[in-house]
Amino acid sequence: MPKDVAVIGVGQSYFVRGYEGSIRELAFEAFREAMQDAGITTKDVDASVFCSAPEYDKQRSPAGVLAEYLGLIPQPTFYIETVCSSSSTGVKVAYSMIKSGLHDVVVVLGFQKMSEITSAESQERMGRGADIQWEAPFGTMMPAYYALYAQAYMAKNGLTHEDLMNVRLKSATYGQINERAVYRKGVKPEDFDPKNPDARMAGLVAWPLRVGDACANADGSSCVILANAEKAKIFSKKPVWILGIGAASEAVNMASRPDFSKGLSVGYKAAEQAYKMAGVTPKDIKVAEVHDCFTIAEIMAYEGLGFAPMGEGKQLIREKATYKEGPIPVNVDGGLLSKGHPIGATGGSQIRTIVLQLRGEAGPMQVPGEPDIGLVHNVGGVGLYGNVTIFGR
Amino acid sequence: MGFEKFGRKSFTGMTKTGKFVDFLSEGKVEGTVCKKCGARYFPPRADCAACFSSDMDWFEMPKKGSLETFTIAYYAPYGFEKDCPYSMGVVDFGNNLKLFARLSSDLKPEDIKVGMDVSVRPVQYDDGQLSFEIVKV
Ligand SMILES: [Zn+2]
Repeated sequence: MPKDVAVIGVGQSYFVRGYEGSIRELAFEAFREAMQDAGITTKDVDASVFCSAPEYDKQRSPAGVLAEYLGLIPQPTFYIETVCSSSSTGVKVAYSMIKSGLHDVVVVLGFQKMSEITSAESQERMGRGADIQWEAPFGTMMPAYYALYAQAYMAKNGLTHEDLMNVRLKSATYGQINERAVYRKGVKPEDFDPKNPDARMAGLVAWPLRVGDACANADGSSCVILANAEKAKIFSKKPVWILGIGAASEAVNMASRPDFSKGLSVGYKAAEQAYKMAGVTPKDIKVAEVHDCFTIAEIMAYEGLGFAPMGEGKQLIREKATYKEGPIPVNVDGGLLSKGHPIGATGGSQIRTIVLQLRGEAGPMQVPGEPDIGLVHNVGGVGLYGNVTIFGR
Repeated sequence: MGFEKFGRKSFTGMTKTGKFVDFLSEGKVEGTVCKKCGARYFPPRADCAACFSSDMDWFEMPKKGSLETFTIAYYAPYGFEKDCPYSMGVVDFGNNLKLFARLSSDLKPEDIKVGMDVSVRPVQYDDGQLSFEIVKV
């Protein structure tokens, strides 16, 4: 089990609708928390990596602007993008920068201010994150793409709308106790009942997915500070080590995708690499964050990560196995569904949750039993990019 | 050139596979096949990733496939709102050949089933835009 690169500091802004500030001020919130968590100064940092999906900001080439605001010049800085998994990719790149010996301490800052454009414009831009030549001309959007997977999966594996609803009920349980989450309200089964005129979650978005199956747009930032073993031992009393990293890509066009009922291929491929590198198996994972941009995505992730056999992901939610007290707690911070999904910030926020869990500092969300190994699964686009990262004490 | 005529709304003006739109106007839905190694592509490509050749030919897509999956959009992205609701799906023709498109608007939601036999045909919209759509057989 390699212990060469550690997380020495984590931070996250509140995830909100309509952040009242600019992107540099939003970035500062996560940065300050991570720096204070690590107990270091900007002089101790020797490079920074900024991560977002660029369509949402008016600022071109944000890395230089943000590095200046955070006090990280003249150290090298640059920008990384894999849509919704940008900050996980940023962490992979920072890991490589440190492992190569080029740098000792690297800041990875993910951010997104989605609220500057309307929800419909946002859907159009996200649709163009898919194939603009051959698919966007049909009027594609993220919910429709995930709905294609949901429809195929439900037809083959007997997954029901009730199972999907139960994923949402779980995330809402934890969104209520996560003060950084954008969606703090509880969700009840009657919220999904189409016969209930006040049902908030029942409206159809893209059959078979409903309003309640989709995550909420949010503004937010996250920060992860990585260091080599020598610096980690100096700066950190509780370093959390990166044990395994896996990443994969898949064809953008749906016409070039393998069997839709088997979920996202990038999930399996990235997981296989990460488990192999870490020398652990799915049974060793004590707490996980998975990319639940839609309820169906969480069920597919259970299988991609080996927490459940193929086609049996539904059993985990039926048995409440992924609740905090269950054998494999998943998204006990509210996940993307309730905590929110500020695209570029999401991976770093997932990593922060796992780091806090492994340090025993997750407060009301802390899973019992002093977890020692945790996993982050972060997907970009409709399974276009996949990242799985395994952490340990 | 001419690719702005493809789909409800095109985001691409120029591509070496622009002839695809001409085929649509002739009533054909065509993919490309590599003359050197025989690799077949849909959507069409101008270059072969298997052998690096750019010497491509066109072939007509099969007439019969199976609907692998579908969705019905009740909410549309910017610029597509007027079409709502509309359905989109993936057809599997076998032999690693699939196609993504809208389903014909005369198919009712309750008539769309995973696994049903489908075909594909060109379609022209009122504004002259050319596309292709999935139909029940
Ligand atoms: Zn070839």
